[in-house]
Amino acid sequence: MQQTERQISLKAAVIEAIAEEFRRDPETFYIGEDVGVAEGIFKQTQGLHAEFGDRRVIDTPISEAGMFGLTVGAAVAGMRPIVEIMFSDFLTLVMDQLVNHAAKIHYLSGGGFRVPLVLRTAIGVGGVLGSTHSQTLYAWPAHVPGLKLAAPSTPADAKGLMTAAIRDDNPVLYFEDRMTYNLKGPVPEGEHIVELGVADIKRKGSDVTLIAFSRMVHVALEAADALAAKGISAEVVDPRSIVPLDTETLIDSVARTGRAVVIDGGHELYGIGAEVAATVAEGAFDYLDAPVMRIGAPHNPVPCSKPLEAMMVPSADQVVAKVERMYG
Amino acid sequence: MRREEYIDLYRTMVRIRVFEETVRRYHIAGKAPGLVHLCTGQEAVPAGFISVLRPDDFITIYHRGHGHCIAKGSSLEALLGELLHRRGGVNLGRAGEPHLCDPATNNIGSTGIVGGSVPLAAGAALAAQLRGTDQVSVSFFGDGVLNQGVMFEVLNMAAIWSLPVVFVCEDNRYGEFTESATVTAGERYQDRGAVFGIPSDTLDGMDVLAVCEAAESAVGRARRGEGPSFLVFETYRFTGHHVSDQQEYKDSEEIRAWKARDPIPNYARWLAEKGHMDDAAIARIHSEIDDEVEAAAKVADSMPHPGPEDLGTHVFA
Repeated sequence: MQQTERQISLKAAVIEAIAEEFRRDPETFYIGEDVGVAEGIFKQTQGLHAEFGDRRVIDTPISEAGMFGLTVGAAVAGMRPIVEIMFSDFLTLVMDQLVNHAAKIHYLSGGGFRVPLVLRTAIGVGGVLGSTHSQTLYAWPAHVPGLKLAAPSTPADAKGLMTAAIRDDNPVLYFEDRMTYNLKGPVPEGEHIVELGVADIKRKGSDVTLIAFSRMVHVALEAADALAAKGISAEVVDPRSIVPLDTETLIDSVARTGRAVVIDGGHELYGIGAEVAATVAEGAFDYLDAPVMRIGAPHNPVPCSKPLEAMMVPSADQVVAKVERMYG
Repeated sequence: MRREEYIDLYRTMVRIRVFEETVRRYHIAGKAPGLVHLCTGQEAVPAGFISVLRPDDFITIYHRGHGHCIAKGSSLEALLGELLHRRGGVNLGRAGEPHLCDPATNNIGSTGIVGGSVPLAAGAALAAQLRGTDQVSVSFFGDGVLNQGVMFEVLNMAAIWSLPVVFVCEDNRYGEFTESATVTAGERYQDRGAVFGIPSDTLDGMDVLAVCEAAESAVGRARRGEGPSFLVFETYRFTGHHVSDQQEYKDSEEIRAWKARDPIPNYARWLAEKGHMDDAAIARIHSEIDDEVEAAAKVADSMPHPGPEDLGTHVFA
């Protein structure tokens, strides 16, 4: 008799990964604003303070730059902190400690110091939170050598990537689209690791490759259904981590299908979609039947207006339209 | 203190001064290119303060940090090798002066960003507190940091969590070429610590024994779990912000008055008066240290430069 797989939310999967690692490794701790008794503004730390207490789950003042800097210092001293920056919009406040300190200390020390920390932050548009609580700023740190970046799309990947991030000896930025927090899916119980830098093919196809990150994977899957109805077989590839990027799996997929669209929730202009598009265009040039396309958010701040906000999120319709254009 | 400890303090100050003079020479000869910031005149603070620390205590430093590295026990060869950007340098020749650190001595280092290392020191203190060790962390910084926002955030957290950290402001009166008093509000610099309820004081940074005494007290407090201290040491750099700086913005009378307070000859006089050392012993120390630094410089200067194969190593752990 086949056992029914356990289904939990993406948010619960991340918390489960953290709790399991906290039980395993006493050098870990969680630090951020409202993360303790309050359990996070999205309940994204639910149960952690109750189980691990004040010394492992630490509430900070609203001082992102200083608080993140302290975390870097604790990591240099050998601990393995998870530091929460509530929204990726607030990465602007920690940029110096992130870019000039966390990213460079291992290199500049000649390998003697390590910075094994996880920066957990929320991305994504929804709920009319406006232009400074809705940005997807992962392209900024992706440009800086020394930082790794993960962005899960499913509960199982969320657990596996968080476990890998905590065990990684480098600073890892972990981006969760807050609109996927309640998304449910099967998640393995116990230790589950998704190695950083290993893409996952979420749907097999033969005519076009849709490369999508985080919540955009679900937009791509929806588009793939619509394309199937039109007789076009779309493959959906989720890189899962932005740095390192699994260029081999991406190029291999595009070489098989001959077409690619990259879908990214961040701004399209100078975004990670451009980097991925260039990577597959260079790597699979001889196999391409059409130019590699990109879809991202328009080049304006996210407005506080429900109808306008909706226009900031790439849609399955847009993906379908791009693919159809390739068939001219 | 025992007689040997008094003499060691003197040795450390002289070692720092001779080292700085050597660095200056190599810089002028073009072998230590880039920006070089000497701490000549300020030796009493690193020598005195670090003399009370344990090897497993953490420090963070800033761009004027050669003295702290020496006092914390870095190898002179590896340190000089780093300033000459050689592969045998303490950071494989890639950090250079702005980013000097020494993992072997728990010296988290300098980061090239004014005030950038202050949170790192507090973070190491947080690690010590969470682990339940009695390690102390000391953040050395210049008066330029007094107006950096991140310092205020860190002081607040150090106070609310009672972190085992000591903030040591080396006030040499100038942030680069600008007189700090003209750009710093408030009556006393130490009030920046006091406003958070942190015990704060202003001390003579040209008197190595005064530095030791203040350090004993602040480090002891931190080690006993009684929380942070904020100390301002009044000191003076005899050389420019960097080697090429001619210091035209300084008043010659001011320079003369501070040179009269030179921590090295003044302490030598005190040692002689107290009968710890005679003139011959003092001269012997100078000659031994000259030889020691010269030998280290020879080794450093013979180290190879990094090669292309070194460029991309240690980007990721």
